[in-house]
Amino acid sequence: MKTSQDLTFHDRVVALTPGGEALEQCLQCGSCGGSCPAGADMDHTPRGLFAMIRAEMEDEVLRSNTPWYCVSCYACTTRCPQQIPITDIMYTLKQMAIQAGHYDHPHATKFSETFIGFVEQRGRSFEAGLATRYHLYHHPTDMVRLGMMGLNMLRRNRLPLRPKSIREVDQLQAILAEAKAIAAKETYR
Amino acid sequence: MSDKRVGVYVCHCGHNIAGTVDVEHVAEWAWGLPNVAVSRDCQFMCASLGQDMIEEDIREHGLTHIVVASCSPHMHEKTFRGACERAGLNPYLFEMANIREHASWVHPHDKDGATDKAKALVSAAVHRVLQQQPLEPLQVDIRPETLVVGGGIAGIQAALEIADAGFPVYLVEREPSIGGHMAQFDKTFPTLDCAACILTPKMFDAGAHPNITLLTYSEVEQVDGYVGNFTVRVRRKARHVDESLCTGCGTCWEKCPKKVIDTVFEAGMGYRTAIYRPFPQAVPKYPVIDTENCTYYQTGKCKICEKFCPTEAIRFDMEDEYVDLEVGNIVLATGYDIFDARRIPQYGYGRLANVFTSLEFERLTNAAGPTEGKVVLRDGVTEPRSVAIIHCVGSRDKNTNEYCSAICCMSSLKFDHLVMEKTGAQVYNFYIDMRPIHKGYEEFYHRILDEGTQFIRGRVAEITDAAHSPEEEGKLIVIAEDTLIGRQRRVPVDMVILAAGLEPRADAQGVAHMFGVGCGDSGFFTERHPKLDPVATMTEGVYIAGACQGPKDIPDSVAQGAAAAARILGVIFRKQVALEPIRASIDESRCSGCRICNTMCPYNAISFIEELSVSRVNPALCKGCGTCVAACPSQIITGAHFTFEQIMAEIDGILVDVHTAPPEHTAVEAV
Amino acid sequence: MTRQAYTYYPGCSLQHRSHAYESSNRNVAQALGFDLVEMDDWNCCGATEYFSLNRLPAYALVARNLARAANEGADELVVPCSACFLNLHKTDKQMAQYPDLARSVNQALAAGDLHYTPGTVRVRHLVEVIISDIGFTELATRITRPLYGLKLAAYYGCLIARPDSIFDSTEHPTTMDRLFEVLGAESVPFALKTFCCGGHMAQISAETGFEMIHKIVKNAAENGADAIVTVCPMCQLNLDVYQNSANKLFDTDYQVPILFFTQVLGLALGLKPSDLGIGQEFVDAMPAINKISEVPPPKPKRERRDKQALPMPVMPE
Repeated sequence: MKTSQDLTFHDRVVALTPGGEALEQCLQCGSCGGSCPAGADMDHTPRGLFAMIRAEMEDEVLRSNTPWYCVSCYACTTRCPQQIPITDIMYTLKQMAIQAGHYDHPHATKFSETFIGFVEQRGRSFEAGLATRYHLYHHPTDMVRLGMMGLNMLRRNRLPLRPKSIREVDQLQAILAEAKAIAAKETYR
Repeated sequence: MSDKRVGVYVCHCGHNIAGTVDVEHVAEWAWGLPNVAVSRDCQFMCASLGQDMIEEDIREHGLTHIVVASCSPHMHEKTFRGACERAGLNPYLFEMANIREHASWVHPHDKDGATDKAKALVSAAVHRVLQQQPLEPLQVDIRPETLVVGGGIAGIQAALEIADAGFPVYLVEREPSIGGHMAQFDKTFPTLDCAACILTPKMFDAGAHPNITLLTYSEVEQVDGYVGNFTVRVRRKARHVDESLCTGCGTCWEKCPKKVIDTVFEAGMGYRTAIYRPFPQAVPKYPVIDTENCTYYQTGKCKICEKFCPTEAIRFDMEDEYVDLEVGNIVLATGYDIFDARRIPQYGYGRLANVFTSLEFERLTNAAGPTEGKVVLRDGVTEPRSVAIIHCVGSRDKNTNEYCSAICCMSSLKFDHLVMEKTGAQVYNFYIDMRPIHKGYEEFYHRILDEGTQFIRGRVAEITDAAHSPEEEGKLIVIAEDTLIGRQRRVPVDMVILAAGLEPRADAQGVAHMFGVGCGDSGFFTERHPKLDPVATMTEGVYIAGACQGPKDIPDSVAQGAAAAARILGVIFRKQVALEPIRASIDESRCSGCRICNTMCPYNAISFIEELSVSRVNPALCKGCGTCVAACPSQIITGAHFTFEQIMAEIDGILVDVHTAPPEHTAVEAV
Repeated sequence: MTRQAYTYYPGCSLQHRSHAYESSNRNVAQALGFDLVEMDDWNCCGATEYFSLNRLPAYALVARNLARAANEGADELVVPCSACFLNLHKTDKQMAQYPDLARSVNQALAAGDLHYTPGTVRVRHLVEVIISDIGFTELATRITRPLYGLKLAAYYGCLIARPDSIFDSTEHPTTMDRLFEVLGAESVPFALKTFCCGGHMAQISAETGFEMIHKIVKNAAENGADAIVTVCPMCQLNLDVYQNSANKLFDTDYQVPILFFTQVLGLALGLKPSDLGIGQEFVDAMPAINKISEVPPPKPKRERRDKQALPMPVMPE
């Protein structure tokens, strides 16, 4: 059995993505890059990123902003003529970038982390807390604008101030802890 | 059994087998199998060295049975049977063990397992061959007539070659005229000569040839028999026009009040009448009545065509007729369907008016087409000032068709030229890879580059009318990644042409089944060998030519039509063909006359002899499929070469312990 | 025919910022004669955020819901939010497709005394349930207040269309358009009907998000839509709450209200706007609702065939 050290960067991306083997079939046709609604803001198109993965440009790939601009709309995935699970590969790249401490523009990560913090704590997301905590830490200057929007949301009864929790939080936390332990050991799918 | 002497030959097939299977060990081990007198391994058994070795061993060592462990019998059974025959051994005392497709190729990562499996397969073959009996091939006469199914360029070429050699041909075509897709085109690549100019003489020759019987507006309904002696039932759909009286003057379709969109010849771009001739150069020249759209057939009133016909040739009461043809050989040249571009909704075909398919564009640019050759938008008047041609629509895409359609790069280049020549519009090509691979094609690509067409390397993501900027308003916006610069581009154009791929005919599976040929994964008819036998099929006497075998352009279709004809002429000149003697036979002394086998036989080869109350197999019709053997409740039907004893011996053989040590044996000298 | 009761997974959004969707779903269900029974102690699906951080816990988080629903005896789970639908559906499908993944997920679930066998629970989106199980013919008989004269843009968004289409097409679905016609409304052409609303982009890279929102609103407005109708709280939030921000960025003034499909369905069933949560939206929907006419609009005259024009491709049924 190979260990993660034996695997190339390309192999690890494939191994961490369900159905990732299809990446080897990339024709470099650009259907993904053309289909991406956020493609204009990406420093590399998904296609370009796949060529870089092939070329083992691990550092550049994990520093790319491309996965962070992915909106998970699956347009690329359904149009890919080689049926590559592109959206899932973007998830894998985000995860690898976080683990490598490589991502230079942390807004998206922090947003995800804040969001998931609530979920792990209570089992439910918490809109008001998310906005406050995320923006307070990361975009304090936006708070005025957001405060107005928050007030508008409140007025329309769309922003409860008290977070909800599930009943069996313990069960959820045990499951997540176990999943994290397995993930930490997992080098190979 | 002791007088039987088996020779075993294990082939390396270069690295194909020896790279995985330990062939030397297999040959050594085979010495321990019953009655083995010689066992050797060899680099290439199919080469003359290998064949000579078999022949010399038979003579020198008095071998009575031969086993070759190598590739598939499809590939080389004939080769090794020939070697046996030349050495005076009956070829049916030969057996082949397939240790390539069944061992080395399927277990490339398990050398020990593959070697064990090869040993078991060799053992099975040795056990089996000891039970085999000498058989004599059946000689059957070949009828000189040939049936060609499909009147496109491939079928016309095949028919003309055979007819010119002096033999009769029936050319069956589903549509009212022969000509096929080529008749719809304006120009042909890479020379840009006019399709009609080069096709119509051939159509005329086919129509006028004394050896060719044209059966247009007709379809094959049933096929029986075997190579040399097929019986084919053809349905001649009622034309409702008496061909012996009609002069093709055109009065009927000029007077016909019913106009419908012509979805076949005009690819939906133009109209035709209910009584119609698909195009002016049609062969034969007679019209047909489309009864689904004819006012008389729908309402019982009209008959205007009958009123005006100067020769009284209209026959409203005409019915479909059936003709039975006796032929020796068959060519399938049934062509292709164009990919339905609506299956890729993001390209907007059928929704966005100015998205056209390649076949629609062929009609648009054709001087005899609905716009008399003017390249205009769907409104029928506006010339486009910019045109995008989208490659690989329904090709190279696992969501639709994985294969490359082979012709679209070149037809797109042809369109580039025609658009620029006729409108001066700026043309953009969106492609994944350019594949102009035949003679003169690359040069044609360079010519188009010279003419100023833009090539953007990127498969189009979508075509939309949702404008994001003022210059996009009212245009079709083609969105793609320009992969050579790694950026998204939005190219606004007036017209889009989708280079739609080639697909098997919608009814290809049914046709394949009727003629006993196979369809591959892509749905096209399967050739006997992809490289060495591209026009024959696994059914003797049935050949394939043109795009029904796989996407191909006109030169390749013509070459295949001619190749199929040459193969058939060879058979006709031989006058006889040897058939495999693998046939069922009934032990009439024990037959109870239950007639179960009569109804089970898929080839109607078993008849009941009333006076003897027994069933009997016609060996010429029997294909040796074994259905009756399994069905007979008295177990008194035997399949030659597949007897009970042979099958049981094969099973015994495959179950031997393959881990025994190779035995001591007297060395045989190399020959 | 519809069941009496469906096991229901509302998702977090319907509990706070998309109350309107929740109340319209409940009231429409009641009007149509079926119950939405909320499954016990469901948890967040993780949205798109958890998969970005840590794949396996993300699957385990979703699978807890599937396992608990299965333990309740549910063979179907009805989900009104497209993002929740996608995560639940995708986890079920991928666990079936990739046995190694299923093994790891179940190993994690075991820490909470749970187990999930993929394929046990069929995950369905509410819009698909109403259209497939009740059907257009039956729905037509329930309409008491047809939405005559109302022009609607059917906005499917991404996640019910892709990657696994529950509608007719991943690119150009038409099922919801047909629903609007059954309700008496007109469905306008809408090229961007499956274009992404931007998801969380409005939060993390506002200009990227606002541009996507602007494209969608512009396309619907230019095609004459009185309202955009969605099946997802995230889409509704983005297009509604940020519509003015997008207007500012592009110097436009679109005011296209964003409604949930159960809100327009409820109106046609004769429910009061207040029962359907109408009034909670940022872009006021009342001007659009006030357009609804008592009488059907006159049938457009059949255009004569333009002699010069080439025929359009014949569409199959």
